Amino acid sequence: MPRRKLMAISIVLAYATVADRAAAAIAYVSNEKSNTITVIDLDKMAPVATVPVGERPRGIALSRDGKQLYICTSDADHIEVLDVDSLKVVQILPSGPDPEQFVVSRDGSKLYVANEDNNFVTVLDLAQGVASGEIPVGVEPEGMAISPDDKLLINTSETTNMAHFIDTSSYQVTDSVLVDSRPRYAEFTPDGKTLWVSSEIGGTVNVIDVATRKVLKKIEFAIQGVRSDTIQPVGVKITPDGKTAFIALGPANRVAVVDVASYEVQDYLLVGQRVWQLAFTPDAKLLLSTNGESNDISVIDVADRKVLKSIPVGELPWGVAIR
Amino acid sequence: MNHGSTPFGRVVGILAAGIAVLIIGPDQTGAAAETAALQVPVVYLGEAIPEPPPLSLVEPVAPDKGVAGAKLAIGDNNTTGQFLHQTFELIEKVIPAGGDLKAAAGEMSGAGQKLIVADLTGPRLTELADLPDMKDAIILNVRAEDDALRASDCRPNVFHLIPSRAMKADALGQWLVSKKWMRWVLVYGTNDPDRAFADAIRRTAKRYRAEIVEERAYEFKAGSRRTDTGEQQVREQMTQLTQRLPDHDVVIVADESEVFGDYLPYRTWDPRPVAGTNGLVPTAWHRSQEQWGGTQLQRRFTRAFNRWMLERDYAAWEAVRTIGEAVTRTGSADPATLHKYIMSDSFELAAFKGKPLSFRKWDQQLRQPILLATPLMLVSVSPQEGFLHERTPLDSLGYDEPDSTCRLNQ
Repeated sequence: MPRRKLMAISIVLAYATVADRAAAAIAYVSNEKSNTITVIDLDKMAPVATVPVGERPRGIALSRDGKQLYICTSDADHIEVLDVDSLKVVQILPSGPDPEQFVVSRDGSKLYVANEDNNFVTVLDLAQGVASGEIPVGVEPEGMAISPDDKLLINTSETTNMAHFIDTSSYQVTDSVLVDSRPRYAEFTPDGKTLWVSSEIGGTVNVIDVATRKVLKKIEFAIQGVRSDTIQPVGVKITPDGKTAFIALGPANRVAVVDVASYEVQDYLLVGQRVWQLAFTPDAKLLLSTNGESNDISVIDVADRKVLKSIPVGELPWGVAIR
Repeated sequence: MNHGSTPFGRVVGILAAGIAVLIIGPDQTGAAAETAALQVPVVYLGEAIPEPPPLSLVEPVAPDKGVAGAKLAIGDNNTTGQFLHQTFELIEKVIPAGGDLKAAAGEMSGAGQKLIVADLTGPRLTELADLPDMKDAIILNVRAEDDALRASDCRPNVFHLIPSRAMKADALGQWLVSKKWMRWVLVYGTNDPDRAFADAIRRTAKRYRAEIVEERAYEFKAGSRRTDTGEQQVREQMTQLTQRLPDHDVVIVADESEVFGDYLPYRTWDPRPVAGTNGLVPTAWHRSQEQWGGTQLQRRFTRAFNRWMLERDYAAWEAVRTIGEAVTRTGSADPATLHKYIMSDSFELAAFKGKPLSFRKWDQQLRQPILLATPLMLVSVSPQEGFLHERTPLDSLGYDEPDSTCRLNQ
């Protein structure tokens, strides 16, 4: 285990004159290859710290109270808990092998972790810090989502090509819906009525009606001058008002903007290279994207649909969480 | 992690039991909403013929090369199948060297086994495909790289998972061209497969306007793998083999027979890199491939079989996953239905290559990126940047439709 030491980075950038925002948001970016978390002050639009963590940090998420950052350190086969005030790892949680993505239950008491290596979703009891169950799912579990009412857990399995619907009262898979190839990420609309699942190899986003478990729509993407097989949807984020979806298109280096009501793709925003994950600021005025190949993040103005800035981070940025 | 030993192993057991009786919701979409259980037998057919072991003693010989990949994919298909009431079974069948293919085909056909992964050489593959019992079968070639099988000898009931020699030679050629290493020396062994790979290299050189400045055949007698104090002799042989060549950028070796290829690097007369069947190698799969989720496949394979996944294992994994994908999407195990789906625009195979893989309509060859690797490291992936094609850059590798004499699925 590497020694954890806070390395402060001197701030050289002046205040950025960007959209007015209520409070300074702080973003955390996992750097898969550097084995670090970059901490970014979004008021200053600059990194303020780099925190060494365990090997191969990928999926990250904040606790519901915003005080802790959960980090899937995949090659260390566990989850590290970073205290966001001290920037120290304060706890190690068992996760099952090779954790990649997870989701925090709405009540904040559990972490549901996809274990890519062994076809299980692990249930982690956060109060006790122990794994309290495993749910068998398809091959290579990946994307995780939790319904707004906390009752329905979703896991996507990349080689099985399904979205598994899991009842959180019984931890049973109740339905499995076939989607396009290599489903990477799942996101509920804020009303919980539809589930959006991105298919990296299929090149589509499948919108599933939660009540009937039927695929309502397969959203396709086409960008002039970009080869169709480089359009590989991964991260999906939907604005809190439920009107607009942003979809990261991987090596197409674009974030698609989709009207949720009509499923119409309205815009493609050029960001850095191999864009994977997205996160909104708490006020949902800004959206951040992690660009793995260009080692930076892009800052997107949500209302204007414009890329404001790119901020360098560590190597192979993977996940992003903002408080 | 061994699940039996986890503190919540009991929970796993209960949940697994729950899965076994899982009923797909009545609203399940698509043809996969079959409620009756579907049994899908897949045969892995091999022939007990000797295969040259790797020249290097430190490279382990894998007696289950190929079939291990099929076993892994059957497991993957079944994990998916549990949610759809589909069960896949792998039946291993090995005929003796020169054994009776007709009898084997009759047995398989009689048992309703029409989905066949063929670990056979080119001539035997064609012999199998031409048997009346196999007329309506799906035969998935995971071994024979012969270009003729995709051209003059192509068959409507044969799909090719393993890349052809022409695809591999083009993959290597594109890299050499992109490096501007345009002057090649071709050194080849004298067995048929060696000559066939040399032919593919000649075709590639012509296509990309590279110059083969000289060719040399390896005429020394094949020695033993184990060369106690033989290092000096090997060194002198390789130096002799490559002395007084015209100016060249790279030595391309064609030695599928594993007789001398790995002896060439660092022993050539001129200091030049070696590529081809040895040195920098074009291959469908490599142990160093960890991009596009490849790590997951490597780990699952290594955990199950205690060795690296080899190219034929990967081809067999692709073959069985092709069947799995078609059965999952159609809800059928009927070869004609599966064939139609596999050749439709809807078919796409996710196989850790960063893009969806599909079959070429005219010759039923799986189009796929080809890795270029040295023994311990991935070097690049072809097609290279700038090698364009109107359909997909993947079709810049190997015989394209206008160059091929094969016209399937017209």
